[in-house]
Amino acid sequence: MQNIFVIAKRELYAYFVSPIAYVAIAVYLIIAGFIFWLEVGGMAQYGTPPSLEGQFSTMAFLWLIFAPPLTMRLLAEEQRMGTLELLLTSPVRDWEVVLGKFFASLSVLLLTIVISFMYALVLKAYGNPDLGPMAAGYLGLLLAGGALMSIGVLASAMTQNQVVAAVLAFVANLVLWILSAAGQSASSLTTQVFNQLGFFEHTLNFWRGIIDTNDVIYFVSLMALTLFAATRVLETRRWR
Amino acid sequence: MIDVEGLTKSYGPRVAVDDVSFHVEKGEIVGFLGPNGAGKTTTMRMLAGYLPPTEGRASIAGFDTFSQSLDARRRIGYLPETVPLYPEMTVADYLDFMAALRHVTNRKAAVQHAMEVTHIQDRARMNIGKLSKGYRQRVGLAQALVHDPDVLILDEPTIGLDPRQIIEVRELIKGLAGQHTILTSTHILPEVEQICSRVLIIHRGKLVAEDTPKNLGARLRGAERIGLQVTGDGAKLQAALAAVPGVQSVQATNEGRYEVAVAPGQDLRAQLAETVVKGGWGLLELAPVGMSLEEIFLQLTNEEVVA
Repeated sequence: MQNIFVIAKRELYAYFVSPIAYVAIAVYLIIAGFIFWLEVGGMAQYGTPPSLEGQFSTMAFLWLIFAPPLTMRLLAEEQRMGTLELLLTSPVRDWEVVLGKFFASLSVLLLTIVISFMYALVLKAYGNPDLGPMAAGYLGLLLAGGALMSIGVLASAMTQNQVVAAVLAFVANLVLWILSAAGQSASSLTTQVFNQLGFFEHTLNFWRGIIDTNDVIYFVSLMALTLFAATRVLETRRWR
Repeated sequence: MIDVEGLTKSYGPRVAVDDVSFHVEKGEIVGFLGPNGAGKTTTMRMLAGYLPPTEGRASIAGFDTFSQSLDARRRIGYLPETVPLYPEMTVADYLDFMAALRHVTNRKAAVQHAMEVTHIQDRARMNIGKLSKGYRQRVGLAQALVHDPDVLILDEPTIGLDPRQIIEVRELIKGLAGQHTILTSTHILPEVEQICSRVLIIHRGKLVAEDTPKNLGARLRGAERIGLQVTGDGAKLQAALAAVPGVQSVQATNEGRYEVAVAPGQDLRAQLAETVVKGGWGLLELAPVGMSLEEIFLQLTNEEVVA
């Protein structure tokens, strides 16, 4: 546990000593804020009850684009700089390295989510929103965002080139997102399979305020699977 | 402290390290010598627990580097060939991170001590990315020392440094002997003569020699050789020297310089001097030629070519 914390802490240090985290968080919040402004405008115009349903789906979609640049450095740079050799010869297990990196990216995600609580506060100040569904939405955001980060960690383990890692992660995210669309144009059984695999379908309930164990399990197992794969990829680096 | 038995590493059909065995006692400084690509780095990586061996085993302080990897790694300070540094961190933060990773209890004191030993306190607050090559190398060493490990594995610790820095790092390594067991690789031969109590020579993955630098020289030296610098007619001198009893051959090496090979165990210096002076030549210099480690090394690593 201590090892994971030490690695995550150093990684956070690296995030905030370079402009990457600041820039990513700022741009993310500017876009999300703009969407929020549009959403609020719509709610005021049509008198719909205040909710963050549309906001959440946009914010999750934005992570599809913002997760890769935040995760690309994590393991790729360690491999390029030779510091991975240092980590792997320290009394640290491979999975502790992977989890440390993952938790660092998760902290950046969490920070962004905490800042985005202001949307809920604004709605609360000027309307009477239902807070329960919002909490579910934020949980969904954390789970979906976390899964996207874990995909980024895996991509970063596979190469020592940051750009390649980012592109790999982005393509993987896109494929997962598109799977649901592929499901809609196929026969019923394939529809179900694709819908189960696709990212999009599993987020919808959260935005509506429903926490379905099916969806929670989907995201948690996606994270577990990708992080396990990342650990194995790291292990194979030793054999080369 | 370091036990290596039949250590082998192959990458597909290519054998990088071939059945290497050796022992290093506690407190020893052992030099690991070999041409580039001989398998030094691969061997050290296996010892450090980075690469698993294909065959054979290695243990550090009694812990197997593969099956008890974490225990073995806790006792090692490792400086890889490319010094692994995070350029965005300050020296002190980096060392603190390494100390935390190795579960050092009093990190502040450990970091301070490592910086003192390697003389980098004045750069503690600087970003590693802004340091000169010499300082980076020392930060790398400080990193290997910060948890006070039993065993230090240093892969080419003086590579890329200027002569003054090389001397500093050598002094540093020498100063660490006794408390730490050190295995250091290099392809700079005088370095080994200066700091190591024992030398392992590796060539094409195989251990070809293991001895003290001095014994290696004695063992390989077929004949004693004496160098002379003389003024005057060369051809006659050569003949005169060759006529001295016990002389095996006389070679002109340079303008006015000669090397005389003498059967081992005989000291013919007095006779040679007498011959030169009596013959009317001017004797400028007369000294035994020791076999340098370079020659030993070349001889060992060329044996296959010669044979």
